[in-house]
Amino acid sequence: MAKVFVYPYNSLILSDLVERLGHEPLAIMSEIRKKILTPSLDSPPLNITPEDPKIGLKYAAVEVPSGVRGRMSLLDPLIETAQAAIMVKNPNTSFGCVGCARTNELVNFLLRAKKIPFLELEYPGNEEEGKEFVFQIAQFLKSLEGEK
Amino acid sequence: MTQITKMIVIHSQNILPSDIAMKIYGSKADVMVKETCFGVLITGEQEAVDNLVREIRKLDPYGIFVKERGILPGNPYRCRANRGGGARPGFHQMEYEDSLLPWIGAGLRALEAGEVPRPRAARRKLDVEKLREIAIYGM
Repeated sequence: MAKVFVYPYNSLILSDLVERLGHEPLAIMSEIRKKILTPSLDSPPLNITPEDPKIGLKYAAVEVPSGVRGRMSLLDPLIETAQAAIMVKNPNTSFGCVGCARTNELVNFLLRAKKIPFLELEYPGNEEEGKEFVFQIAQFLKSLEGEK
Repeated sequence: MTQITKMIVIHSQNILPSDIAMKIYGSKADVMVKETCFGVLITGEQEAVDNLVREIRKLDPYGIFVKERGILPGNPYRCRANRGGGARPGFHQMEYEDSLLPWIGAGLRALEAGEVPRPRAARRKLDVEKLREIAIYGM
């Protein structure tokens, strides 16, 4: 069972397909859960401690918009432990300010630089593309089992 | 043990959220269930939730989709009662992916049946001469 980073990192479809096919999806929701449920942290809204910007500094310098560093501090554990990655090209909902866009590009770059098995594809636009989408993901996840 | 919340999204012609809620109540598992318009949220110990999810998927393997939700139901960081209503973070992603679920379901059926999609011909860019013809002659 491989740990597979999914992008968009809150994707229902990718999380479900990865889990359904026997692997562990690495999605941002698990990190949010830790922030919410960890007993030692109790300040709203996201329980950011002074340690989190320091983790973000590993990826981005101080002059970069703070949203980038904050997001990277959440995504750091996921990127570090990822053994494979599935990324959707240009998802419809990945618009936003420069901070959001730069974070997404940085995540894309970091995962490619890790030299882990990497699948890039687009969201389907019709049923035929849907079949191809699921087939490609299934083939990719099957190849991970072969590598193990 | 880790407490976890999983979101079950239903896109099925046979199953309603209430059917799943009833199944969970009938299982007598030590979990909290919140029924929503799109499915259910289940909160409990990870093992109990994972076992339940495995059983629930069998109701409609091609129409039930599961993902983790980082925040418990009723949590003030998300609850509409505290936030004054409106779309909560993550809604637009869910809304968009919900429109794709029928095709993903079709893809899962095809995968189960062993179908291999036909390789699509690579899209070629329009030739400049062709573009010129279209512009000049309206072909």
